Amino acid sequence: MNEDKKLIFEALEHPEVLERAVSRRDALRGGGKAGIGLALASMPIMLAALTRRAFAQGSLPNEIVNPLNFALVLEYLEDDFYRMGLETAGLIPSEDRAIFEQVGKHEAAHVAFLSSVLGSKAAIRPSWDFTAGGQFDPFGDYPTFMLLAQGFEDTGVRAYKGQAGNVASNDDILTAALRIHSVEARHASEIRRLRGEKGWITLNNGPAPLAAVYAGEQNTTQLGIDVAKYQGAEAGTEAFDEPLGLEDVLAIAGLFGTGT
Amino acid sequence: MFGSSNPGDEELRFLARLSQVTRRRTFIQWSGVTIAAVAAGCSADEPLQPSGRAPLGPGGTGSSTDPVNLGTGDVLVLNFAYALEQLEAAFYSQVISTPYSGISDEEMQILDDVRKHELIHRDFFKEALDSLNAAIPALEVDFTSVDFTSRQSVLETARTFEDLGVSAYNGAGKYLENLDYLLVAGKIVSVEARHAAAIRDLLNPKSGDFAGDDVVDAQGLDVVNTPADVFAAADPFIVTEIDTGNLPTT
Repeated sequence: MNEDKKLIFEALEHPEVLERAVSRRDALRGGGKAGIGLALASMPIMLAALTRRAFAQGSLPNEIVNPLNFALVLEYLEDDFYRMGLETAGLIPSEDRAIFEQVGKHEAAHVAFLSSVLGSKAAIRPSWDFTAGGQFDPFGDYPTFMLLAQGFEDTGVRAYKGQAGNVASNDDILTAALRIHSVEARHASEIRRLRGEKGWITLNNGPAPLAAVYAGEQNTTQLGIDVAKYQGAEAGTEAFDEPLGLEDVLAIAGLFGTGT
Repeated sequence: MFGSSNPGDEELRFLARLSQVTRRRTFIQWSGVTIAAVAAGCSADEPLQPSGRAPLGPGGTGSSTDPVNLGTGDVLVLNFAYALEQLEAAFYSQVISTPYSGISDEEMQILDDVRKHELIHRDFFKEALDSLNAAIPALEVDFTSVDFTSRQSVLETARTFEDLGVSAYNGAGKYLENLDYLLVAGKIVSVEARHAAAIRDLLNPKSGDFAGDDVVDAQGLDVVNTPADVFAAADPFIVTEIDTGNLPTT
């Protein structure tokens, strides 16, 4: 835990650490895969710019501000994504609109809430390229819009979960983060089901372009206990959502950064 | 005693007093027995108590009449979660044992998945708490207020339990000192929230109800309850007497 914490703070204060980490992982992946895996190979520069913008706000590395700004960046991404989707005429069918209006309303509220908690320490809203360099067409193709929405929500759930321990020293912040976390999970469930999937995550299954979003979800060991033995591995993984570390989350979010 | 046709006046007065004190528990226990018997007959992995007696409490209770002791500190929070998961597991086991008429394939799939998840959560907490020699016993439950033949009754109860579960984990997280426990609680609460959204969507499809304004406030924050309030809400469904004196009220 302490080592993880140290790494996270190091990364927050020195975005080049993240850049190196991402580059290393890309080298391991070797490219050749469609979707997020492929795009990762070309994004370290954008990611570095994004994180610098978000986190290098002077000398305020305290253990609460950094995870909150990390969350705020994700909320900016979701907020902008849904607003653009809702504003694009003819994209969202009328029968699905109520769902995305509700989701969008919450993401805007999360941005406002986190911004007010952070005050002058709040990260600046980045600009986004939701095509990820031309890979996706979310505002011209509704299935792609839903696909990315699912990816953002499931990533959000994992991201908040991964930061819970880092804000646990402050009861109010922890509780607020948990309350946002479960809202993201409600969103994820609804959007997954809208796409014809289960509301919960089985193993590390997911659409190919979202492979990075579900990496590690197949874990069946909880507190040293094998939870696959009760009702099988599939149900065992569905019953527990896994966290995702800052570096992996930023790699996904950074795909959609423009570097400005 | 066997020879006497009527109990003495003193005995009668005693019984009257006793029945006043225990009337509610006695009534619930009897109704609970019925449900428990039905559930036990239909589901092999259901550990409901087959009798109306309170089970022995490993959490320090020595007698079958002592209330269940939840423990203190992190154990208290884990036992609190274990109790809720027992309640949910028993409920969905009953739902799947006696499905309401006209249940759709999708509804059956969702409710059966949720049943499995809650059974897993229950068994997981039991095993984790057993390793600390601190698990509370299997609780006896009472679902007489639920009409299992009615889709509306079942889904509304499911919604209540899932939202209650979300609020419980959200409210209890700050009481966990061990960050490994906090993480595992986080792994579970998001699954409960996924359940809540799916069930709410079954009740009012394609509306904003999956994360409705009745549970998510204007700041985009989900429902939260203190452990004491959660237990008060769950109490009508739990027959076994539990000592809730240590549960945080803030």
